[in-house]
Amino acid sequence: MTDEPLLRVAALSKFYGSRVGCDNVSFDLWPGEVLAVVGESGSGKTTLLNCLSTRLLPSSGTASYRMRDGQFRELYRMSEAERRFLMRTDWGFVHQNPADGLRMTVSAGANVGERLMAVGDRHYGKIRATAVDWLSRVEIEQDRIDDEPRAFSGGMRQRLQIARNLVTGPRLVFMDEPTGGLDVSVQARLLDLLRGLVTDLGLAAIVVTHDLAVARLLSQRMMVMKDGRVVESGLTDRVLDDPRAPYTQLLVSSILQV
Amino acid sequence: MPTPLVVSDVAKSFTMHLRDGIKLPVVAGVSFSIKAGECTVLGGPSGAGKSSILKMLYGNYAVDEGQIIVKHEGGLVDLAQASPRTVLAIRRQTIGYVSQFLRTVPRVSALDVVAEPLVERGEERETARDKARSLLARLNLPEKLWMLPPATFSGGEQQRVNIARGFITEHPILLLDEPTASLDATNRDVVIGLIAAKKAAGVALLGIFHDHDVREAVADRIIDVTVFAPGKLAA
Repeated sequence: MTDEPLLRVAALSKFYGSRVGCDNVSFDLWPGEVLAVVGESGSGKTTLLNCLSTRLLPSSGTASYRMRDGQFRELYRMSEAERRFLMRTDWGFVHQNPADGLRMTVSAGANVGERLMAVGDRHYGKIRATAVDWLSRVEIEQDRIDDEPRAFSGGMRQRLQIARNLVTGPRLVFMDEPTGGLDVSVQARLLDLLRGLVTDLGLAAIVVTHDLAVARLLSQRMMVMKDGRVVESGLTDRVLDDPRAPYTQLLVSSILQV
Repeated sequence: MPTPLVVSDVAKSFTMHLRDGIKLPVVAGVSFSIKAGECTVLGGPSGAGKSSILKMLYGNYAVDEGQIIVKHEGGLVDLAQASPRTVLAIRRQTIGYVSQFLRTVPRVSALDVVAEPLVERGEERETARDKARSLLARLNLPEKLWMLPPATFSGGEQQRVNIARGFITEHPILLLDEPTASLDATNRDVVIGLIAAKKAAGVALLGIFHDHDVREAVADRIIDVTVFAPGKLAA
């Protein structure tokens, strides 16, 4: 564990005209930490995620990222090319809909291999071997490597998207409702897989979800958002077991008991 | 005797915003310390706030007022004010906790549930599993269950997994929330033995035991939680 955060976010705001996307969000994220951002639709959690991953530029505020050389760089002052490079190498982004994060008409193996080529790998045999290894880590049978993700089930596509993102050994992964739209049994498998990978690889992750059970399982820390603002934050189990803000109490009390 | 944990003037209440903001005071003026090599027991009837006190000491419940000073990695930290990151470090290195109920994770085997806290402290997975095996065997959990996720286990079986998970590490402070509630006599005795071993190793234990025999066997000191009832403070 290092003493410096990986990401420092200060007073980040995004306005869409006069409407609030997210307002004055600040936090630090350390290596190996998983932060869950929860809230209902329209609470600003996806806007926040898109700003942090530089897919969207904020209206004000700063976010600095500690590069592999140990230097902090202000994300919104980087050139577009530098940001893209970061996105391809040091970061991952797992979309809710795997079709947004995969190339649906190239093979599973190529989907994983493509990210490796982006970081400079050129040896075909090595790339294929790494792809096979990663497919097995996300529990995709080796004989599916030449199939296109179009022919995969939703759960498989999501696992493939995860493999594609993690193959380059990123230090920070953004996830937008990674288990949304999956059956519960498929969800459980995916969550278990994610949990294992995050622990084994020491990844830092920011996971946006409306599902408090997903937050409980994956994250150590949690931020609750409403109307673009963070209404409560803290240790995940503290926020869920002893919610303080009225909105968090409403969220927690709305969970259906099985 | 060193006192690795000192609680002073801690108060806790719940504000129910969905019920017109009514305030439910739980405890106030909680002050005590626990000593290394001793098992301190929180006594008092259900609802007196025993579990709430344990949960505050583990950072699971927020603290309204007061201090919880923990000796952590050579320094003193106020857990009541600590950042989430510090609380996580304290849980990893300093304070262990056996909760009343096991929170299971889908698809993770009992063996790995038990080994996990050691792995988090940097132990090799196989070494951690070996230690987990010997603890589960000592707690008489049938070997055929070790590789299964504990979600479908009986209450007593889950509790033994939970105890093994709490006892596997060498945390200098260990909190126990009714660890023997659903155990038979044989396994209660095993837990009494485990607690004795922790005491001998210089661990400071703080527990809740409703079982009279277990309490008699392990307690060095009993703190009556009813003296921390919120009304008493004003009197």
